[in-house]
Amino acid sequence: MKTINIILKGFLLFIIVNVVFAILQPRVGNFSAYNVIFPGRERLPFGENSAKAYNLSLFDLDAMFASHEINGDNKQADEFRVILIGDSSVWGTLLKPEETLAGQLNSADFSVCAKSIRVYNLGYPTISLTKDVLLLSHAMKYQPDLIIWLTTLEAFPLEKQTASPLVANNQETLLRLATRYGLKVDANDPAFIRDSFWDSTIIGKQRALADVLRLQLYGVMWAATGIDQTYPTDYQKAQTDLEADQKFHKFEPPVMDENLLALNVLEAGMNMAGDIAVLIVNEPMLISTGINSDIRYNFFYPRWAYDQYRSMMSELSLKNNWTYTDLWDAVPASEFTNSAIHLTPAGEAFLAEKIKPIIEGICK
Amino acid sequence: MTILQILIVAAAALFWGLVMRERGRKHFLLNASVLVIFWLQPALPLRGFDFWIPLATLTITVFSWFITAAEESRREKKNWGVIAILAGTVLLLNLTRFLPFDSILTPSRPPQPLTLLLILAFSGFIFLLVTRLTRFSAALLATGIIGLIVIFLAIKIPALAYWISYGIRSLTDQSLTEAKAIDLRWLGFSYVAFRIIHTLRDRQMGRLPAVDLAEYVTYVIFFPAFTAGPIDRIERFIKDLRKPSTLGNDELLIASQRFMLGLFKKFVVADALALIALNDTNALQVRSTGWLWILLYAYAFQIYFDFSGYTDIAIGISKFLGIQLPENFSAPYLKPNLTQFWNNWHMTLTQWFRAYFFNPVTRWLRSWNTPWPAPVMIALTQIATMLLIGFWHGVTWNFALWGLWHGVGLFIHNRWSDMAKVRAGEWATTPFRKFFLNMSGVVITFNFVALGWIFFALSSTSTSMQVFLKLFEMR
Repeated sequence: MKTINIILKGFLLFIIVNVVFAILQPRVGNFSAYNVIFPGRERLPFGENSAKAYNLSLFDLDAMFASHEINGDNKQADEFRVILIGDSSVWGTLLKPEETLAGQLNSADFSVCAKSIRVYNLGYPTISLTKDVLLLSHAMKYQPDLIIWLTTLEAFPLEKQTASPLVANNQETLLRLATRYGLKVDANDPAFIRDSFWDSTIIGKQRALADVLRLQLYGVMWAATGIDQTYPTDYQKAQTDLEADQKFHKFEPPVMDENLLALNVLEAGMNMAGDIAVLIVNEPMLISTGINSDIRYNFFYPRWAYDQYRSMMSELSLKNNWTYTDLWDAVPASEFTNSAIHLTPAGEAFLAEKIKPIIEGICK
Repeated sequence: MTILQILIVAAAALFWGLVMRERGRKHFLLNASVLVIFWLQPALPLRGFDFWIPLATLTITVFSWFITAAEESRREKKNWGVIAILAGTVLLLNLTRFLPFDSILTPSRPPQPLTLLLILAFSGFIFLLVTRLTRFSAALLATGIIGLIVIFLAIKIPALAYWISYGIRSLTDQSLTEAKAIDLRWLGFSYVAFRIIHTLRDRQMGRLPAVDLAEYVTYVIFFPAFTAGPIDRIERFIKDLRKPSTLGNDELLIASQRFMLGLFKKFVVADALALIALNDTNALQVRSTGWLWILLYAYAFQIYFDFSGYTDIAIGISKFLGIQLPENFSAPYLKPNLTQFWNNWHMTLTQWFRAYFFNPVTRWLRSWNTPWPAPVMIALTQIATMLLIGFWHGVTWNFALWGLWHGVGLFIHNRWSDMAKVRAGEWATTPFRKFFLNMSGVVITFNFVALGWIFFALSSTSTSMQVFLKLFEMR
């Protein structure tokens, strides 16, 4: 009887704890060893080979931001806080933290409005404007003075918006943003992963909770090694010989239908920023000179679509009075790594040199 | 073992312990053990070897029984019946190759039944010959021990294992460039070999109890302890095996607690620590001495929780079946000196080496007409024992250095305690001083052991030396 009693009591306690957890939905991601025991990460956690990169991808925005150095740095009176949002080119695939755009701007050590510039890398390696806005919504509490939003046409197609796992796993946050900033979100989009009551229990969330715990453990390795991704030396270079394909997602020449682009997300992001200065940057890309480069600029873009996108962005910025800079060809083709948007350290230095005077100009 | 495999094994054991109880328990233990050695064997790139290797384990075990058993026992029908059951089980496993889906009991599709039948027939013929033509002889037992050591060396010396794999590949028309030492990953052989050597040696000494084939095979390949021990003694094991299993509420509670504790230690604590434990890659990436110490400590605790977790799991599952396996760990990191550490770390292995190497060698050295001075004998036997324990884990330079580290450490502690015992006793007159002395011993011993783990955790001697120097800021 004693054994049965213990088993029954244990089982009952287990059920109660799970139900209470599902009802209260505690935001466990906010509890972090980063910025307390370990230094904060210089970029958001992302990793496909955790054992080697000492990093992992998770979808708990609280945990992601809690592990970032921005969460540990109290903004000083003489700090001009700049946040960078964007895709893997901002996050810095194949680049060490100090080699990324944020790292290069920080090492330039310059001032704006008599304040020291401090740049935070909040890029994340999936291409989607909605993902950028999602991250921006979390970043706003860190009181940025300037938001630099680097983007590219690939982030605009509607079907790309929920393709990012980070977006797919954060439907509730997005729906809140939709109400507040007019972001158009299809609540019935099948890409969204919805939590049932069962999914909200400890058992249902075991994977997510384990990820938060693993992120804390990898804090040891981050602190010990400063490594947060793998750096293969023999990666495949970005494609320069291209298919003779005129298509871009669902778009076919001669005209891109703007209704199929997430322009509303861009507007929602600008609404979210409110009075804070935003610099939208059309990020540099590889301009290929290989086979079929008369048809396509690179793996991502046929020339006709990209040219239209550049015109559209210029017009849109002008119309809405957005601060916009088009740096699409700012970096030579030799300074791209494994993708048409991933830069070498020298490429990032080129970009930083272009962006630095624009930041300095923001205060004038 | 994966957590799923462990849960399946535990569920089967619990079912038998609770529902079937004594009914067919011995048959269950025998057949489940046979199935488990095939089931757990990792897939190997050498064609068919992930089936042949468990079969070899079984054949070696049966052969070992034949050379240890009394002549009348060899001829008993019930033992030939067990051989028939074993052969039938293996044949059934082999026939799963004809299932329309992948077999879940073998890591890959089993080889052709005809080859198996030929091997079984040949093995049966050899057993018959041994029964008819041989009598018990110490020489036969010694041959058995040497044979096991030769196999052990063949699979544990990386260069030798590589060349054997290379040879097998050239004989079977498989890619020679793919040959690797781990092609011969023989699951559980270290434990199987030590259990069998224990029986062979005890038979030589006339201490082996009479056991039938089913008991012997169950002892050697007992499934809860097959992959990670503990190394039980046969006389103790068969006492539990022959005793009726009474899984009452109290036993069930204790066994379940032990099992759950093991799961927690292995799959929560050890697996979490594994993420930050010292390894070949991170050893060269760490930027500061302080973090390197943390990674080393993480490894020290990871290996403890991993190994003692598996032991708890094995003890818990065995208890479901009425078998009380021996303890393997008893808070080793809280021991105040290295000798006590080794009396409480992987206890069944150290007891094995004490019984079959250290004590006999010491007795032999002492029996000389002009024996060496005691310190020389102690140094020699302790270092040799620890070197062998190192080689048991793998015949590499790093395991040798690990063994040497502990052998020298044990010798130093032996000499030191002889010199300092009286003085320490005179000084530690208050509870605080005793506590201080004890804690100092714990800290020093733990750190000594942790430093030794460098050789265990890393595969290269040069990396180990680099880590060593970095830990003391000498590079």
